[in-house]
Amino acid sequence: MMNQMTNVERSVDSKNIKIAANNVQVYYGDTHAIKDVNVEIEDKTVTAFIGPSGCGKSTFLRCLNRMNDTIDICRVQGDILLDGEDIYDKRVDPVQLRAKVGMVFQKPNPFPKSIYDNVAYGPRIHGLAKNKAELDEIVEKSLRRAAIWDEVKDRLDAPGTGLSGGQQQRLCIARAVATEPEVLLMDEPCSALDPIATAQVEELIDELRSRYSVVIVTHSMQQAARVSQKTAFFHLGNLVEFGETGQIFTNPVDPRTESYITGRIG
Amino acid sequence: MSEQHIASAFDRDLEAIQAHIMKMGGLVEAAIMNSARSLETRDEELAQQVRQGDKAIDALEELINEETARLIALRAPTASDLRLVLSVLKVSANLERIGDYSKNIAKRTTVLASGGDINGSAAALRRMAREVERMLRDALDAYIQRDAELAAEVIDRDEEVDQMYNGLFRELLTFMAEDPRNISSCMHLHFIAKNIERMGDHVTAIAEQVVYFVTGERPTEARPKADITSQSA
Repeated sequence: MMNQMTNVERSVDSKNIKIAANNVQVYYGDTHAIKDVNVEIEDKTVTAFIGPSGCGKSTFLRCLNRMNDTIDICRVQGDILLDGEDIYDKRVDPVQLRAKVGMVFQKPNPFPKSIYDNVAYGPRIHGLAKNKAELDEIVEKSLRRAAIWDEVKDRLDAPGTGLSGGQQQRLCIARAVATEPEVLLMDEPCSALDPIATAQVEELIDELRSRYSVVIVTHSMQQAARVSQKTAFFHLGNLVEFGETGQIFTNPVDPRTESYITGRIG
Repeated sequence: MSEQHIASAFDRDLEAIQAHIMKMGGLVEAAIMNSARSLETRDEELAQQVRQGDKAIDALEELINEETARLIALRAPTASDLRLVLSVLKVSANLERIGDYSKNIAKRTTVLASGGDINGSAAALRRMAREVERMLRDALDAYIQRDAELAAEVIDRDEEVDQMYNGLFRELLTFMAEDPRNISSCMHLHFIAKNIERMGDHVTAIAEQVVYFVTGERPTEARPKADITSQSA
């Protein structure tokens, strides 16, 4: 029925668990920001995190590639497993982890370098290309995958900061996919973009899903509904409800989810 | 949901659409009763009123369609709001059909006014119409009260209407067999009975929408089907 969406584009291609979070707690000093979150994020699936400001969705997203390590007062407890391996294990190099779990931020943040160097940066530091020809290939492939190649192919030496906002964001996505990540985390990737650029990024997210597991934090419920197959609703640090996106938007189980997505005071 | 939307204009839009549904429901309830009464009392004036009144019902359906489309476009309703809006569309379509059946009954009243009533079948039809009208009133009450239990009860009661129809069907067959001069009147009376039986089905569909809107689930049990006339010779 309503809950079993049969649309082809809505079918989840994989049931493989890419990231499993078990009993995750996050503290900022004395503040308990994430309270006992358990969630399984599937491979080749777009998972949306929604919830009011301060609900912990971005904090939780940042746990998934250890971005919270950079905040001194932040403590993370519990297990987060990527393909069954604990990413908080002492032997895990966060830099290597972030190559596998890429991230795109709210505001496009290209390096003050050329378009080419923006994309080539990651492959260079991770030694993914043996020579210039290989690097050229990676750059072109990444820019194509981010649906911006045709717009920039004739000016790869121009500064990345000179592009429009939507182009800059797609450049950042190209930069994120250049290291061949397995998971792409996106924190409000369209909030600074106009509707056309938003639609382009959303179309891109849907294409990226064939290769990666994508996790997107968004304040736009319509965006979550449009791009994701799974939706997680966070409230006051709790993961209130996690389910198939069609179900969450037609018949949520928890009254807090209902209040939030229908625009009522929860 | 008793809670208010943060955007109060959204609440006003939803309330306006539901008010139209209730108004439409009131007109349709009256149409059912008036068409049955006009049949029993041979009141051609009342029958004429029912036929005229259908225009107002149709206009309300149009209005509801337009306002619902507008609300979907502007507010992108989700969850219970979405289910409300979807159910409004279906409920109004069902009400409109019930209005059409009432109008059809009122048309036949005029034809029957010249012929004779067959052994009190007009009174039996009125009882049947009365039951359908009560079901409709309860279905609409269930809608306003968000009462899925009452709606489920209405769904069950359709069986009684079906049984009343079966009884009338057999009775009319007998009259026609007894005296071929009865055939013309009996055919009209049968169409009327069938119209009322169909009204019951539309009321049931409305009650099903109430269950979906309130619970998010379609009613699971198969609807009771007691119209067995298709199985008899």
